[in-house]
Amino acid sequence: MRIGICYTLISAENKMLFDAAKKGGVGLQRVVDSESLLPITQKESKELDVLLQRSVSFSRSLCLTYYFERLGTDVINSYKAAKVCGDKMLSSFELGASGVPTPKTFVAFTPESARLAGKRLGFPLVMKPVMGSWARMVHKINDEDALDAALESREEMGNPWQKIYYLQEHIDKPGRDIRAFVVGEEVVAAIYRNSTEKSGWITNTGRGGTASKCEVTPELREICLKAVKIVDEGIYGVDLMESGNGLVVHEINHTTEFRNSIAPTGVDIAGKMIGYVIARAKK
Amino acid sequence: MSDAQGPSQVRRIDGMGNAECPECAGILSLAPNTEAGEIMSCPDCGARLEVRSVNPPQLAAAPKVEEDWGE
Repeated sequence: MRIGICYTLISAENKMLFDAAKKGGVGLQRVVDSESLLPITQKESKELDVLLQRSVSFSRSLCLTYYFERLGTDVINSYKAAKVCGDKMLSSFELGASGVPTPKTFVAFTPESARLAGKRLGFPLVMKPVMGSWARMVHKINDEDALDAALESREEMGNPWQKIYYLQEHIDKPGRDIRAFVVGEEVVAAIYRNSTEKSGWITNTGRGGTASKCEVTPELREICLKAVKIVDEGIYGVDLMESGNGLVVHEINHTTEFRNSIAPTGVDIAGKMIGYVIARAKK
Repeated sequence: MSDAQGPSQVRRIDGMGNAECPECAGILSLAPNTEAGEIMSCPDCGARLEVRSVNPPQLAAAPKVEEDWGE
């Protein structure tokens, strides 16, 4: 049983995963993405049965996941998962296509089309980069003037991905959203991410939001397991909001962070993840 | 005594698991299970730091967060 873990940095989560593997008596071969040199055209043999992909770099993660999968390694999460989860347009499309409740969303390529999306959605709305994380450049747009200002800023950016405008209906959530942790076919824990004075309307704990325990109700379990079916089975952080019409899923994270979720839930999330990785390696 | 290592801003201070923050010169105590490559925050100034070496203890500014980083 040869198990590896791929990462960019030794984050708090990765350290917990190292410790969990040690407790489980399993050695983890470490693949540091920045130190990797991939022989692309030379035929290499499979060196790992399972690789837990934890790179924070989305670009490197895609390259390495593709490479290891093509060598025959079972990568958690898969290339398909990374591709779909890492691109908000693909995620929203697949969630909608699978009948998972998700906020109404438009994608536009020019400011003119984005303004049209604004008219269709109404205000306030939420504009996000199609690729990105940690709530970077996620903006609540309250009116047409604010949309014009945000579009003008984005047009000045050099990165073409920033000129893909992902505009979404604003859900009037109760000052919090939900992060649920799915490991295989189990929803192992969930937290409320509460907005604070520091975080504003954003709820990310890395931006000042606070975490508190959320019960895994049958409704939450059902919608999470339905949501992750849009990608391959694996380990995910599903983000949901409480709307007037029930839960809606807005994102699925394929390298979910969990450092702030252990204390409020009392669940050994790293242990659950490593247990699942070992089980996959034994298959 | 701190020992600046040039443009990489590596700082080391003693053989007791203590290291100097390259941003504010505060003293950080490295836990016994600290590993090279680990990311930590300076309790004094909040700077994100990378452990370059455990023995001797060496810290540097953590790599800049890239646009494609996330979860």
